Amino acid sequence: MWALFVRDLRLSMRAGGGALIGVLFFLAVVAVIPFGVGPDLKLLSLIGPAILWIGALLAALLGLDRLFQHDREDGSLDIMLMQETPMFLTVLVKCLAHWAGTGLPLIIASPVLGLLMNIKGVAMLAVAATLLVGTPAITFIGAVGAAVSVALPRGGVLVSVLVLPLAVPVLIFGVSAVYGAVEDPAPFTPPFLILCAITLFFSVLGPLAASAALRASAD
Amino acid sequence: MIASIAAFLTGLANPTRFLTVAGRLMPWMIGVTALLFAVGLYLSFQAPEDYQQGMTVRIMFIHVPSAWLAMMCYTVMAIAAIGTLVWRHPLADVAAKAAAPIGAAFTFLALLTGSLWGKPMWGTWWVWDARLTSVFVLFLMYLGLIALNRAMDDPARSARVSAIIILVGYINIPIIKFSVEWWNTLHQPASVMRLDGPTIHPSLLYPLLVMALAFSMLFFTLHFAAMRNEIWRRRVASMRRQAARSARG
Repeated sequence: MWALFVRDLRLSMRAGGGALIGVLFFLAVVAVIPFGVGPDLKLLSLIGPAILWIGALLAALLGLDRLFQHDREDGSLDIMLMQETPMFLTVLVKCLAHWAGTGLPLIIASPVLGLLMNIKGVAMLAVAATLLVGTPAITFIGAVGAAVSVALPRGGVLVSVLVLPLAVPVLIFGVSAVYGAVEDPAPFTPPFLILCAITLFFSVLGPLAASAALRASAD
Repeated sequence: MIASIAAFLTGLANPTRFLTVAGRLMPWMIGVTALLFAVGLYLSFQAPEDYQQGMTVRIMFIHVPSAWLAMMCYTVMAIAAIGTLVWRHPLADVAAKAAAPIGAAFTFLALLTGSLWGKPMWGTWWVWDARLTSVFVLFLMYLGLIALNRAMDDPARSARVSAIIILVGYINIPIIKFSVEWWNTLHQPASVMRLDGPTIHPSLLYPLLVMALAFSMLFFTLHFAAMRNEIWRRRVASMRRQAARSARG
């Protein structure tokens, strides 16, 4: 399992692996916003946390079709399906490796982008913390979409269409936790804990459904 | 009881038998639907105007049944998905595939009538409250499922894959149902299906119930018709393939 984790992480770090592309996409999305809404720093600091979350969500979705595609093309997916280790664990490890390759860089990059959006220090910490807790859920949900579309000729867009509605709660509670940390009457802890619960819930449901879908589309 | 239902469902596994049963039932179902709609619409227009909402209260007779049906249709699809994955019932995947466009239509109707009612009552076409948002998410999921069904040409494979997506998406249904209780929404809380009995006045409740029955019958009629079409479509496709094969050989 550890070997699989290291292998997937290495693959995602290599050229064409998508880890760097995700961060670049994140940067591009966030950089485009001030051109759209205008360079008003007050407005930007108000909507900044939400922009960072949306950017991270889109960037996390971008790389998802790679999760199983390469393994299917070179046949290693069939070997993973045949081995004795439960497919659930394999998918879970692959998701974690994918998250470490694409999700973690986003979180490390988020404070830097927060500076561009004129976000306060507390809010920056809150964005990083909620992203750290929330982005794994996006990967787990996305694994289902990636597994479903692995057999499709043009899966990339379809993954986003299927995954985005399910990722809405993650976005809602992530952003509301950040605003809870900044504004006084709104609490931080309840939405943050719900975000943790969502991630834990999808860490079970996502790999289960994804492994079932991979099995269904393999034979 | 359960054994006889199971035997009936197993009997329906033969598509030809299903086609015969559905063909015999279809005229009756159309008749009952038309009758229920005639009674329901008559009662709807006989119902007194609300002292606050005036005429617009009648929108509820379309809006509420559509919203119920939108959720029931997804539930039917989820049951069919279990049927596909667990029992490999050959008609379950036909049922799930045929229900998706119907569910999307009902969801759209609920959103549309709700927004038509919201403009004079709330002063806005749309608000991002929990109930409206979760129903909108349901609409997106229906569209995604239709897109998924269209993207795959092998029915057997697309059946199992979309069944998994349907079951994962089912978590949205309880969220829709309880969204008005969990969050403080602009959308009013449930007034018909409550543990302490309906809080809606009988003069409005009875037309609503008849309309709900009419919409349910409409759903079953459309669903049966769509299932028949899907079975015939698959037969035509396989006959075409056979013809092409024999023409080449």
